Amino acid sequence: MIPTPDLSHLSRKDYDDVYEPAEDTFVLLDALEQEAPKLKSLNPAVCLEIGSGSGCVSAFLSRVLEPLVVLHLCTDINPIAARCTVSTGLQNKVSLNAMISDLASPLSFRLHGKVDVILFNPPYVPTWSEEADEAQERHGIAGSWAGGLSGMEVTDRFLKTVDQLLSPQGVFYLVAIKENNVPELRSGMQSRFQLQSEIVLQRRAGREHLYTIKFFR
Amino acid sequence: MVRLITHNLLACHAKGCTSNNFPLQLKDVQLEQREAEFNPDFLRRFMPKLDWGALVDTARQLGDDSLPLEQPEMFDDDFLRKLHHVLLEVSVEEGAMVCPNCSHIYPISNGIPNMLLAENEIG
Ligand SMILES: C[S@@+](CC[C@H](N)C(=O)[O-])C[C@H]1O[C@@H](n2cnc3c(N)ncnc32)[C@H](O)[C@@H]1O
Repeated sequence: MIPTPDLSHLSRKDYDDVYEPAEDTFVLLDALEQEAPKLKSLNPAVCLEIGSGSGCVSAFLSRVLEPLVVLHLCTDINPIAARCTVSTGLQNKVSLNAMISDLASPLSFRLHGKVDVILFNPPYVPTWSEEADEAQERHGIAGSWAGGLSGMEVTDRFLKTVDQLLSPQGVFYLVAIKENNVPELRSGMQSRFQLQSEIVLQRRAGREHLYTIKFFR
Repeated sequence: MVRLITHNLLACHAKGCTSNNFPLQLKDVQLEQREAEFNPDFLRRFMPKLDWGALVDTARQLGDDSLPLEQPEMFDDDFLRKLHHVLLEVSVEEGAMVCPNCSHIYPISNGIPNMLLAENEIG
């Protein structure tokens, strides 16, 4: 068992502005732990987390990959989340290179075909489009859950770019819920980008049926 | 903590800015040196992802000319230690990155780069 990263430096007040790790986070952590042997065998150099929030997932990934050392890039649209990601790195003795950014926009030029592991636990809750748009513009806590129609508006924007980012051996882990229409999501990635996929883990937590899906070539 | 390894991967992504948009020019920077654990295995794995010319140029602008203009064919220990220092031990805490093409400014504050664009700048 790989322990959950130490988040004792974060307080209730931080969680007013930044997503506090919850069941969806843990579905991703557990999937990564399960995938540890495969992830290590990829011999990755560059890992990219979109929407890193507290930084919990990237800090955990670094433990999963030990003793391998990789570069962790972490983006978040929320400036306070980027700050928390950095401090979680310090607290757990791993360098998390955080930036305030929409998805992977400033990295896509240079990281074309170069990212070995991508992680995204996106804002996946179905809302009105307007609500998601406003949350994206405000860069605050609502951006951690408001996903627009089918909860897929933010995720869909990223899915269009995944294929360009992944290295030949690269893998992408995405958190989703049932309302996101997982079969359609998977078949879309297959038909549009020839990316295969597999459900690594699924679990019911309260009202949510959560999935971690892995995409690969 | 914008280390040169991260700087080496960031490009301007403003609307219509698709050529000469990399590397971003460092401006008014406050640098910090922080020791990091030397890991030759990581450096070797990372080499194929690196833009050598951009790294050397940027390091030289910051007054560090320890790296050769041409990327060496063989990575001996002496070379890897120099590379380690430039890539992983020099970081920008405050300042800005400016696009050489469209002059868009990306601020760095508390070691975190702000790469967001305004609504009308998004491509
Ligand atoms: C469900 S939270 C996940 C946080 C953390 N990774 C975890 O698993 O606990 C979603 C995160 O995505 C971020 N986010 C939302 N829209 C984004 C965008 N367009 N670009 C980057 N990050 C975004 C939010 O600010 C939030 O931190």
